[in-house]
Amino acid sequence: MSRIYLVPIHLNAPEWLGRLRACIEKTFGIRAKCCSFPIDLPAAFDPARNQYSSSLILQQLIANPPADARKILGITDVDLFIPILTYVFGEAQLDGIGAVVSLHRLKNRFYGLPEDNDLMVERLMKESVHELGHTFGLFHCAWFGCALNASTYVEDIDQKSCELCPDCRNAIGLA
Amino acid sequence: MKPADIGILIVDDEASVRDSLCKWFRLDGYRVDTADEGASALRKLQDDSWDIVLLDIKMPGMDGLELQRRIKQIDKDIVTIVMTAFASVDTSIQAMKEGAFDYIVKPIDPDDMGHLIRNAVQHRQLLTENLNLRQQLAEMSYSDEIVGESDAIRQVLARVATVAQTDSTVMIRGESGTGKELVAMAIHGNSNRRYFPMITINCGAYTEGLLESELFGHEKGAFTGAMYRRRGKLEMADKGTLFLDEIGNIGRKMQMDLLRVIESRQFTRLGGDKQIQADFRIISATNRDLEQAVREGSFREDLYYRLNVFSITLPPLRERKSDIPLIARFFMNRFARSMNKAVTDISPETLDMLMKYNWPGNIRELRNVIERAMVGAKSSRIDPGDLSFPFHPSPGAVEDESLEAVEKNHIQNILSRTGGNVSQAAAILKISRLTLYNKIEKYQLKKG
Ligand SMILES: [Zn+2]
Ligand SMILES: [Zn+2]
Repeated sequence: MSRIYLVPIHLNAPEWLGRLRACIEKTFGIRAKCCSFPIDLPAAFDPARNQYSSSLILQQLIANPPADARKILGITDVDLFIPILTYVFGEAQLDGIGAVVSLHRLKNRFYGLPEDNDLMVERLMKESVHELGHTFGLFHCAWFGCALNASTYVEDIDQKSCELCPDCRNAIGLA
Repeated sequence: MKPADIGILIVDDEASVRDSLCKWFRLDGYRVDTADEGASALRKLQDDSWDIVLLDIKMPGMDGLELQRRIKQIDKDIVTIVMTAFASVDTSIQAMKEGAFDYIVKPIDPDDMGHLIRNAVQHRQLLTENLNLRQQLAEMSYSDEIVGESDAIRQVLARVATVAQTDSTVMIRGESGTGKELVAMAIHGNSNRRYFPMITINCGAYTEGLLESELFGHEKGAFTGAMYRRRGKLEMADKGTLFLDEIGNIGRKMQMDLLRVIESRQFTRLGGDKQIQADFRIISATNRDLEQAVREGSFREDLYYRLNVFSITLPPLRERKSDIPLIARFFMNRFARSMNKAVTDISPETLDMLMKYNWPGNIRELRNVIERAMVGAKSSRIDPGDLSFPFHPSPGAVEDESLEAVEKNHIQNILSRTGGNVSQAAAILKISRLTLYNKIEKYQLKKG
């Protein structure tokens, strides 16, 4: 039976991993499993930008997928970028196996606001469903409430839900 | 025009930039290709049709300015955007003079990139006079969820239709759970602002200081720990709709600030001095008696008049009971789909009970009751046994009872239904077993 692997990178046993797993299982109807892969984080570090290349992390993440892996989602707390952009919340292979999301800019603390763990987990769930949605071949969605709506600011994430709209569900055969 | 109908060509000698841009645009569904220098870009432009070209200014061989000139010779309507690694403003301005749509400095803020491309696409569409995208978006309707055929709800929908196309400020009144947000979405979704977001802010959910920061945003360094600029909801609502839920809950200072914003459509971020313009329509909602609040002095009269230009009042569910079967079936079908459960009917006895109940929580409560019934439903039909709380058959009887009497009665009913299983009853009542034991003791209840 195929699974979605959830891989914490540079995170020690976060207590919310269970909630994230439940959310992903519910959304995609596929069993999810948490496990750790060896990831060489320093190799993805760019000292000039003081950030980590999401593409280099993704490459490592999908290098040796377990036989039963349907998708692999890396979750990290370091700040991610792709060369042309100042930052990204995550990166996914369109119609591929892997995705990675970062908690770094999902934390209220980053914006100088009081920490809110529940809010952070909610944002993480939305972005995880978003990136995994891409791995299932979904493009960005025009529905404002849909998890696949493109979010470039954390405020945008707060405006959407962690659910897929009927169009997106349809497109990947979940309707 | 769907994103897939729009072709974006990226010309840059740096492979990592080409790759990351290419991936980025593909996620939006655009057709994308790349070229690593001017000559091959021109070949691609001749072979295929491209709508937008992003090109690097500094490239070996033909530079960006020269490439842009040749592109404009092929088709002056191709939208060009020049990219530069350094802020070499002179070259960028030259490119703009020669017809570039815009220029960007690498690396780019993701949001700027998103805006830029959306604007470029829109520009290209205007040039080609193709308004398909608009039509496609216009077909999205948000009003499916406002279910009902009663006169009361027809009147609401008529009011929505009347006001949607105008830019008027709307206040939606009604008890909790009557669907005020859905009505706001219907107004927004049928207005000319529907291509832009509806930003919701629940005024009751924030302390005054946080609400300020939510609405106005803040500048880097505005207060301890404000490490980055943060956009407020007012900015995010630009060109769209700002939905202020539970407007009756805001304090005096925020009332004054809001009034100022509504009058000027201008504001500054916290800790900033730059005036920001935003064009948004305001829809507010409240379950409180604002006239009373105005009389008592807790809500500003001038703000009240500003917000209450056009008002829509949602009837409580108990005043449109004829809609209950329709709404119950609507939720049944929806949950059947999302839970993948073959429940297709509601028994007449169940409907009868639903119709007789008073629904203090309105549609939201009805939805929750149906959802829970669907979870428990053992057949293809929702039966009274699937309903998770006892319905008082005689409406009005509740009102004369004390809270304790209702609680005692309710707990007894649940205990009877679970056959005295305390764990199960506690789970249904969402209280701990210990609390339940205490209440059984207090009310001298029979288990089972
Ligand atoms: Zn995305
Ligand atoms: Zn969607």
